[in-house]
Amino acid sequence: MKLSHILAMTWARSLEFLRDRSALGWNLALPLLMVAGFAWIFSGPGKPLFTVAVIAPETTPLSAESHPFLATPAVRFYREADLAKAQAKVQRHRIDLAIDLPARRYWINPQSQHGQLLEQLLHGVGGAPLQRQEVAGASIRYVDWAAPGMLGMNLMFSCLFGTGYVIVRYRKSGYLKRLKATPLSAAEFIVAQLLSRLLLVLAVTVAVYLGCDAFLHFRMDGNPWTLLLVTAVGAYSMIALGLLVAARVTSEELAGGLLNMLSWPMMVLSGVFFATDGAPRAVQWVAQWLPLTPMLEAARAIMLDGAGLADAAVLQPLLLLATMSLLFTLLGAFGFKWTQD
Amino acid sequence: MAALLEARELVKQYPKVRAVDGVSFEVPAGICFGLLGPNGAGKSTTVEMLEGVVAASGGEVRFRGESIAARGSRYRERIGIQFQATALQDFLTVRENLRFFQALYPTKRRIEELIAVCRLEEFLDRDTQKLSGGQRQRVLLAIALVNDPEVIFLDEPTTGLDPQARRNFWELVRSIKAEGKTLVLTTHYMEEAYELCDDIGIMDRGRMIARGSPQRLLAEHFDDSVLELPVVDAMRVGDRLPFVIRGEMAELSTRDIAGALQVLQKAEAPLSRLRIRPRTLEDLFLELTGKDLRA
Repeated sequence: MKLSHILAMTWARSLEFLRDRSALGWNLALPLLMVAGFAWIFSGPGKPLFTVAVIAPETTPLSAESHPFLATPAVRFYREADLAKAQAKVQRHRIDLAIDLPARRYWINPQSQHGQLLEQLLHGVGGAPLQRQEVAGASIRYVDWAAPGMLGMNLMFSCLFGTGYVIVRYRKSGYLKRLKATPLSAAEFIVAQLLSRLLLVLAVTVAVYLGCDAFLHFRMDGNPWTLLLVTAVGAYSMIALGLLVAARVTSEELAGGLLNMLSWPMMVLSGVFFATDGAPRAVQWVAQWLPLTPMLEAARAIMLDGAGLADAAVLQPLLLLATMSLLFTLLGAFGFKWTQD
Repeated sequence: MAALLEARELVKQYPKVRAVDGVSFEVPAGICFGLLGPNGAGKSTTVEMLEGVVAASGGEVRFRGESIAARGSRYRERIGIQFQATALQDFLTVRENLRFFQALYPTKRRIEELIAVCRLEEFLDRDTQKLSGGQRQRVLLAIALVNDPEVIFLDEPTTGLDPQARRNFWELVRSIKAEGKTLVLTTHYMEEAYELCDDIGIMDRGRMIARGSPQRLLAEHFDDSVLELPVVDAMRVGDRLPFVIRGEMAELSTRDIAGALQVLQKAEAPLSRLRIRPRTLEDLFLELTGKDLRA
């Protein structure tokens, strides 16, 4: 092995990278945006470890003045107007505890370790005693809540990179130029890419779901066909987003940067690992425009609440996904170029 | 002979360079037309405009008298292209690639015929990523023929091949030409152009600088032969013969070979390494442009 060869290659590759201004720009911009975004989302004295919903009138301050427990550090207390909603969130592990101050009660999910720890803290701080209430109905395991997130995340990466990155590679290697010289139209090529990836992703997701279900026994209160429909529309929207990214880009590094810029926020903000309840409103606003968010909301509503196609919890996210799909497809198709002329 | 393909005042302007600058020519049916020139002469861009892959900034291309822009996919259905560098779909075998491309055309040539014509039998079921350079070029040629095209564009098809693989490829091209197909070939190998082309155009700096059959162009520009000697041997004659030095060889262009030999003999120059050759297309290019084609 010759050091001179390694140095020459390193120099050449570095020059290539530095001269690809678009890719370099993204490589600089992406981490800056990520750091700035995370700093904003998790700014303050540190990320709270627990989230507790407080049912109380607007006039009641969320501080020790109302109850000494509300001064517990590392806990995010937020005001929730609807008790039923708060109970459902405790049941689904979206929050760790719910306190109804006027009624002097608190709701806990007996299967939640976070909830049990908070309960110990609540008993230790003194103040007016609150009556323990367990959430009604069967408690939901964390795995039931997290499974759609995990499957959705896998699907998202497969859709975005499997379409966007591959098309850019085709363009760079001259394969698209070869196809352009055939009677194949751009629309046909795009539809084939969408269809191929959609079928593959759906087959893989169904197989993984069934495989995991065999030993984890996921909770499925709704109709599996409705879940499949939501998955298909969600997958399509993300494939179309990948297509939009790849419509004109010729640099694989730029494509990678753009796809990372889309996938990472979805992984963090769309509720894959933890719910964004209690997060700043702006974060929740951004999250709702990421296709993974409505897909996971609808999937969880079907699996955990038994919601049907006509229920707003499914229909609204589904319509949002369909709108996104249409928008991304139109922009991607009209912006598509076979080659950089 | 009526023109099958026609380029009229073709121009390709890129932001900082005019790659093709008003090129016009006709390609009659059934011939092999060669477009020659050094790297950067504009020949690949010209051919890509003929193929309809690159849009012309000015001028037009006509096929059977009709603009290819107006014919659209009807034109693409009637042509076959072998690009200089083309990636194929990874993990597909040769047979699968042929079937895939065949499926894109309304007119299809039988796969068995393509296999026989392009001699693909040995590696038909091999992943295209695992082919040698020569095998790969044969596959790309077969793909260019899947639709039984009227015109076949070959863009530097033998670049990077070893001499044996190059000659094998020429044989394939000759057999396709024998079927009456029209071929448009770009190359910077003069021997290839001489062997395969009925008609050539020489390009330099985006313009067509010469046009005609190789034999006619050579006859028009030269009536002499070239006498070659190693420089050390040619030095013996001093300035009695106007040798031109090219690398380690000295070249003398002359109509009087016998007279030149007498001068060399008188000067007692060693003649064991002497070579006399006719003029070639390489000489022609040098004459026209002052550039070596392989530079």
